[in-house]
Amino acid sequence: MNLRDIIIDSIGRSTSNVFSTMLDVQIASGEVTIETGALDSNDGLMSFIGVAGGEWTGTGSLTCSPALACRICSRMLMTETVSVDEEVLDAVAELTNMIVGNVKTDLEEHLGPLGLSLPTVVFGRNFKTKSAGSTEWIVVKFPWETEVLLVKLCLAPKGKAAHAMSHAAGQFCALEI
Amino acid sequence: MESDVLVVDDSAAIRKILQRVLRQTGMSIRTIYEAGDGQQALEVLKAQKIALVLSDINMPKMDGLQLLASVRTSVQWRHIPVVMITTEGGETKVGEAVRLGAAGYVRKPFTADQIKEKLAGILDPAVAL
Repeated sequence: MNLRDIIIDSIGRSTSNVFSTMLDVQIASGEVTIETGALDSNDGLMSFIGVAGGEWTGTGSLTCSPALACRICSRMLMTETVSVDEEVLDAVAELTNMIVGNVKTDLEEHLGPLGLSLPTVVFGRNFKTKSAGSTEWIVVKFPWETEVLLVKLCLAPKGKAAHAMSHAAGQFCALEI
Repeated sequence: MESDVLVVDDSAAIRKILQRVLRQTGMSIRTIYEAGDGQQALEVLKAQKIALVLSDINMPKMDGLQLLASVRTSVQWRHIPVVMITTEGGETKVGEAVRLGAAGYVRKPFTADQIKEKLAGILDPAVAL
């Protein structure tokens, strides 16, 4: 199993586990795509959390509509939520922390110790995102009724030297995904 | 006898969930105090008689491991059980928490039963289930 497959499998298990445990909702992963850093316009909520350690660095992200964010918050906190407020942003941030945190723990078996940053959430319309460098994102879709949650992760060696080192150590290569 | 509990997490959502879960455990709780980071937690510990601390690890300003170290090295607070509740599953931070004297560890995501089971094994009789 290469690193891409490990990440896809981990995102699927982690997201399903977090949803079933914290929201009492059963969801399963759907389509998987690879994004290459194109500047797409976004609407809704997007949360980010940094993953880094040793020779590896990357970002985990969740993207969803305002309606889905409200539904997540309602299920998570057992409250009625109809509009995006601070509580909704906080719930999505924590969901990101749990999903990406569990993926990070899975990856540590293959890549060694990794750390997590604190999550950041963006809410707005027609905003664009850009990652520095030529990063590829693994994107896993999770359909939930009429909405779709996107869970994304990019992870790569910090540089060419690190890239060569990772091969020397017999590790998987994110640049080959 | 009712006791006071302190929940420490930078996520208000998690603090709210833990409040609900703690009320469901059947523990004899008077007040559940909240703090958003380790520094706030120390202020609550100074002002209140806390019987149990549930703390996240990754937090701004002062993280859960720093809070745990402060509690364990304090003559006044060293008897207070501190349970870490965090997404961290790696050996590094879990091992550090154990080394520093954490009373227990629950990984997010968690169920109410997991919290109840963990607390049942470590609680002081004063906070018995």
